[in-house]
Amino acid sequence: MTGLTMRAGSFLCAALLAFMAAAFAADAGFAIHMTIVCLAALIACWATISRADYTAIARGILHMPDAGRYDDDVIRWGVIATVFWGMAGFLAGLFIALQLAFPVLNLGLEYTSFGRLRPLHTSAVIFAFGGNALIATSFYVVQRTCRVRLAFPGLAKFVFWGYQLFIVLAATGYLLGITEAKEYAEPEWYVDLWLTIVWVAYLAVFAGTIVRRSEPHIYVANWFYLSFILTIAMLHIVNNLSMPVSLLGSKSYSAFAGVQDALTQWWYGHNAVGFFLTAGFLAMMYYFVPKQAERPVYSYRLSIIHFWSLIFMYIWAGPHHLHYTALPDWAQTLGMVFSVMLWMPSWGGMINGLMTLNGAWDKVRTDPIIRMMVMALAFYGMSTFEGPMLSIKSVNSLSHYTDWTIGHVHSGALGWNGMITFAAIYYLVPRLWGRSRLYSLRMVNWHFWLATVGIVFYAAAMWVAGIMQGLMWREYGADGYLVYAFSDSVAAMHPMYLLRAFGGGLYLSGAVIMTVNVWRTIRGDLRTEAPMSDAAFDPARDRPVLAQSLATPAE
Amino acid sequence: MSYNDLRHLADSYGLAAMLLIYLVLVGWAFRPGSRRHNDTAATMIFAEDGERIAALDEDKSHG
Repeated sequence: MTGLTMRAGSFLCAALLAFMAAAFAADAGFAIHMTIVCLAALIACWATISRADYTAIARGILHMPDAGRYDDDVIRWGVIATVFWGMAGFLAGLFIALQLAFPVLNLGLEYTSFGRLRPLHTSAVIFAFGGNALIATSFYVVQRTCRVRLAFPGLAKFVFWGYQLFIVLAATGYLLGITEAKEYAEPEWYVDLWLTIVWVAYLAVFAGTIVRRSEPHIYVANWFYLSFILTIAMLHIVNNLSMPVSLLGSKSYSAFAGVQDALTQWWYGHNAVGFFLTAGFLAMMYYFVPKQAERPVYSYRLSIIHFWSLIFMYIWAGPHHLHYTALPDWAQTLGMVFSVMLWMPSWGGMINGLMTLNGAWDKVRTDPIIRMMVMALAFYGMSTFEGPMLSIKSVNSLSHYTDWTIGHVHSGALGWNGMITFAAIYYLVPRLWGRSRLYSLRMVNWHFWLATVGIVFYAAAMWVAGIMQGLMWREYGADGYLVYAFSDSVAAMHPMYLLRAFGGGLYLSGAVIMTVNVWRTIRGDLRTEAPMSDAAFDPARDRPVLAQSLATPAE
Repeated sequence: MSYNDLRHLADSYGLAAMLLIYLVLVGWAFRPGSRRHNDTAATMIFAEDGERIAALDEDKSHG
């Protein structure tokens, strides 16, 4: 009972503190954020009090979880959160794509302008959709591969809910114009501090579970998860070193200035790609692909080489975001060289994943989840080829600041991160909710095709738009003047923007089908449908040859 | 330590040390006897699925 009172009391204290901070806030944005924190603390307090089992406490029974089962509550919440934030993020993406084609959709309001909705989209898909997928799958995989329950179940719940609070604060902040203006690191100092606390708790749960493992070996997926958690902690803290103007205000200034600030930002930014969007999702790949294919990974040794090569190379690739800037030339070249070298381990990893299907290639035809995984790996290979190519200085002089970059990012994000996450969700949902199978495999197939065709429209449109844009910007006339005004290149891209929005719409509609499928699976429904593949059988021809039918009737 | 000292450390001893650590870590995967260990590690995720999958792995010859 004292534990319960303590917990409820501390939530109440936190709510009171947040209320005070809101009352004395230096600016309106901070006041709104502290009100959100206050509400969140009150909800947590209410949940603590109302969900407690008082009869058990009165009888002095300690409510112990079933030690014979894995701790899957947080994972179930995480899967639902992944689907929810995925829908929010994809919808925001489609909306801003349409804003670029039809500026009237900015609605004339600062809150719905492209500049504020864009970080909402990027953070929603990367940190909310991807982050929840990573947290949920890492807790699933680490328990299964270590064959123990989560080390600190209470802390794991805190990680989940704390992370949701971070997402809500970040998202509302963007709409209100609260931003550090650093790409993928937009949240302001107090939200950064909160995320640091949540992330350290995440590390404690994950590393604690590994320490308590009952398997002697740490499976390679856990190496990737652990490197993702550790590196993100380091990147997040260093890139967000800043000094707030007021302890009760939302504005802060970076500890670095000028080119140092830019380099720190892109050291962070590219390693967010390398360790959040690559290492973390590779961890999913190294567990879920072998499990779904029912074959061990093609080469465990190659997976280890893949791991160490990514660790040692990714960290140096950041400067390729600053080609032809004030950054010293040697640093630019260093970034380029390491980016090009990264091509090899990346393709090693892709081949390792694809070759896991060696001897079971028929599953690509019969199992739409495997099909998604194969497409994810194909896009992993494509974007890790395109990335090194774009990092080469001469290519970058054409591609930088154009929509080619956007196309590259989306072939990686929609193709690799999206597809492997969808596949993991389809793998997890029947298992987590104890269903015999998914509601519908055919709907997975529809999702696969809508998503794939959507990406093709998206990426192809952005390649054309980007190269056209780059060529128009560098087109000089005979007299040495630029041939095109910037507005000319914007007008020329309008059809490409429409095609991009169409591709995004297809991708979103695939995700809608997934939402329905996941929802019905959780409810326990099973769709009556023909199986994905079956041996050929034609009842009309399943008959003996009759003597009279052989005689041809007279005309 | 000045910027220049740090920069020269980074492109000489620092670089050599990093490369050495990397080569040792990768080389460790090729140490004698690692194949059996790798096979066990790669198939341990199927332990919960029973005998069916374990039988599948017998025909695998690579590490």
